[in-house]
Amino acid sequence: MKKFINNPEDVVEEMLEGMAAAHSDELRRLPGWNVLVRKDAPLPGKVGLVSGGGSGHEPAHAGYIGENMLDAAVAGEVFTSPAPDQIFEAIKAVDSGSGVLLIVKNFSGDVMNFDMAAEMAAAEGIETAQVVVKDDIAVERKEDRRGTAGTVLVHKIVGTALEEGLNLQEAVELAHHVTSRLGSMGISLSPSTVPASGKPGFTLADDEMELGTGIHGEPGMERKKIQPADAVAEELLDNVTAELDVKNGDDVIVLVNGQGSTPLMELYIVYRKAAQLLFERNISIHKSMVGEYMSSLEMAGCSLTLLKLDDTLKKYVT
Amino acid sequence: MELTLNVMKRWLVTADEKMQNHKEYLSELDQAIGDGDHGHNMARGFQAAVENVKENTEEDIGSLIKAAAMTLISKVGGASGPLYGTAFLKASDEWKGKDSLSQDEFTKGLEAAVEGIKTRGKAESGGKTMLDVWTPVLEYIQHHDIAASDLSAKAKESMQQTENMKAEKGRASYYGEESISHTDPGAYSSYLLFEALAEALDKEEA
Repeated sequence: MKKFINNPEDVVEEMLEGMAAAHSDELRRLPGWNVLVRKDAPLPGKVGLVSGGGSGHEPAHAGYIGENMLDAAVAGEVFTSPAPDQIFEAIKAVDSGSGVLLIVKNFSGDVMNFDMAAEMAAAEGIETAQVVVKDDIAVERKEDRRGTAGTVLVHKIVGTALEEGLNLQEAVELAHHVTSRLGSMGISLSPSTVPASGKPGFTLADDEMELGTGIHGEPGMERKKIQPADAVAEELLDNVTAELDVKNGDDVIVLVNGQGSTPLMELYIVYRKAAQLLFERNISIHKSMVGEYMSSLEMAGCSLTLLKLDDTLKKYVT
Repeated sequence: MELTLNVMKRWLVTADEKMQNHKEYLSELDQAIGDGDHGHNMARGFQAAVENVKENTEEDIGSLIKAAAMTLISKVGGASGPLYGTAFLKASDEWKGKDSLSQDEFTKGLEAAVEGIKTRGKAESGGKTMLDVWTPVLEYIQHHDIAASDLSAKAKESMQQTENMKAEKGRASYYGEESISHTDPGAYSSYLLFEALAEALDKEEA
């Protein structure tokens, strides 16, 4: 294991200290908690928006704190859900009395910890609602699908809408509307190593790639010989467009996400082919995002996310 | 059989020792079908829970177990924190104000714990989870006078049976058929927990 760290057990604490120091104009840390909150939170009258999960996915989630996005992000240990008391502190810090919406990636630990935090909030009279993102179409059963890079688009659209004054119930409906039109698929070339374990999460031969991996290196659909970027882009795009039934005349947001150690150059090469294919199929790209949005430590690979837009969603895409 | 406050304290202390001693092995089991941190998470959580117990001057079993539950919830993290935490929390409700438990009273707590795990994890037995140890151990206690050696053997046998099951829940479920032939790490840590209870009882008898 070769990393810029001090002690494996200090990585989350030291990262949060660094983030709070680097972005003190935008956010602040709740003293004693692994929670970063928007500097001006709680905003009077606004529904609070909280997300979080295991660390190691930076910039997710603290990087998405700010206007038109999150009010708070809760950081767990690396690839491990944060505990309910941490999440509860985030909820309290951003609640203006209008309730708090929790955006959770679909992993059993995250869902349970956020559930418990919501119960703690209810006991204190704070209204919360939870929306679970299940955008990873590599998993067959819909209810088991993991939350991946598409979560960022849920933050963005719901965050913008909340700034415009949606109430908690309306925000939940909008979030469900987003997630019903959202799909992602990842592909990996090499694993990541959690600092505390010191061992790679999986192994792949030098000439292999794995289609459908999750953001913690969960197993995908199949392993195969590595292929050129164009073939990779086409496979990801075909799978996601088929799942979302994206057709001639549709409008989409395209997000090509880097898993941690894949150069932007490669991400643009993948994006290029995806954009060409969409153009040929008369599907218009409303917005493009290329970069690291939901990383997986130093995993090599990328994922492709599409959000199929309609007039409701376009209002909130800036 | 009476389970005194002392037995319950010794249970937690022994469970912590086992989690520390099996930390690497639990994480190895988790590496195969999970994310490889189960041992570290359990060791961190039980260590904190026991530090708390040592400072705890409460005179009843309910408060003792509730304090352990709250520590596990905040220190274990992942999926195991809420599951073990909920189990202990539900049991502590049944044991409120008691400084000693009859077998019936202990069983009621364990029943509440198992229900708590099922609800929190939206799971049933047979899905290669900790429930595949908790449920058979509960059934054993419901129908037999607790004998330490039998309790330990029942927990061990149930843990071993998870090897042949296909994972239905959590991260292991993404492995599908490939999850077969691996022991479930949550079942193994549950086995350690009940083995610790058996040892705590044994010492009391001796």
